[in-house]
Amino acid sequence: MKNSRRKFIKFAGMAALGWSICPSLAGARSGPRQSADRLRAERWAMVIDSEKLNDELMDKCIEACHKLHNVPDIPNDQNIKWIWKEPFYNLFHDQSHGYLKDKKSIPFLSLCNHCDNPPCVRVCPTQATFSRDDGIVLMDFHRCIGCRFCMAGCPYGSRSFNYFNPRNFLDDDQLVHDYPTREMGVVEKCEFCAHLLDQGDMPACVEASEGAILFGDLNDPNSDVRKVLRERYSLVRKPKLGTDPQVYYLI
Amino acid sequence: MYDANKIIPGLIIFALFMTFPFWYNLGAEAYSTPELELPEDYERCIESTEFMRAEHMNMLDEWRDLYVREGYQEYWSELKQESYPMSLTKTCMYCHSDKEEFCDRCHNATAVDPYCWDCHIEP
Ligand code: SF4
Ligand code: SF4
Ligand code: SF4
Repeated sequence: MKNSRRKFIKFAGMAALGWSICPSLAGARSGPRQSADRLRAERWAMVIDSEKLNDELMDKCIEACHKLHNVPDIPNDQNIKWIWKEPFYNLFHDQSHGYLKDKKSIPFLSLCNHCDNPPCVRVCPTQATFSRDDGIVLMDFHRCIGCRFCMAGCPYGSRSFNYFNPRNFLDDDQLVHDYPTREMGVVEKCEFCAHLLDQGDMPACVEASEGAILFGDLNDPNSDVRKVLRERYSLVRKPKLGTDPQVYYLI
Repeated sequence: MYDANKIIPGLIIFALFMTFPFWYNLGAEAYSTPELELPEDYERCIESTEFMRAEHMNMLDEWRDLYVREGYQEYWSELKQESYPMSLTKTCMYCHSDKEEFCDRCHNATAVDPYCWDCHIEP
């Protein structure tokens, strides 16, 4: 009798210990899982090939992104944009001069650079903007209070503020149901399609670009992005500011 | 008692004031659980009805952080032995596709006004 009680207490003690170390031993339970298809990287980066991009392709990329994310087109200077066309001279004005041949007024694609040292993350008081482990600077629209510190902090103008309810400018029949719209008073920007990557798909603009935009892991020396950066001349925007942008432009 | 002519009416007014919700609602209809329109093609939700009734808002709150911030995509349901996307629109409203006959009925009856659908699109 005594012996068996002693055994029982011992066993219960060990079980409690085991349980506290590894609760899943108590049997599988309902809960969150990461997708088996999730694309992983140490550091995601984008390379935009200016030789391959043309006007039509750029429009395709912009449309793919804005359609997927329910980004409205507002016909005034309070428009929302995640990815848009900008002349070379505006993007790289600190790396060009007035007599630059050809390239000066050629449009390029511009989007959030998912900086390694992002000022937008540092100034956001609610952590609505945050850096993921894989380098993506992501927004949690639920948390954004619309203070716009991040817009003041971002030196690239990558962010847009919702001055209006965006649904007023979106066609109800054209809405993509799998992605929410935003509400008035919230900031938004490109998110490197983080949620597509999480489910195993490449970003929409990359898919639409017919090979003109590369996307991959910068920490993997054999990745497409590293290969092409080794082989060709490339620029990043405003490198002197120390934000360490991760969208590279092949010139 | 000093000032009884002030204190006693004061106490009466206080008592009336404090019990205002009780006598104001006298004769009002008792709360009855709203009739919900349940999806026809599915027998059970991803968790038990009792759990979902009490906890769906906490569950959705957890889901949004896990999905948006932590990179989780799926919810494994022990009850159904199946994985579901952690998504209001892709999972919950895939079955409960009529917001007015499901979500709104309880929310209206209990006078809560969730702002999920300010952004998330109802089917
Ligand atoms: S480009 Fe602007 S918004 Fe994007 S990570 Fe850098 S600072 Fe932030
Ligand atoms: S506007 Fe939103 S994302 Fe930007 S700093 Fe304020 S809370 Fe953060
Ligand atoms: S990476 Fe995704 S969110 Fe960013 S511009 Fe491309 S399609 Fe839009």
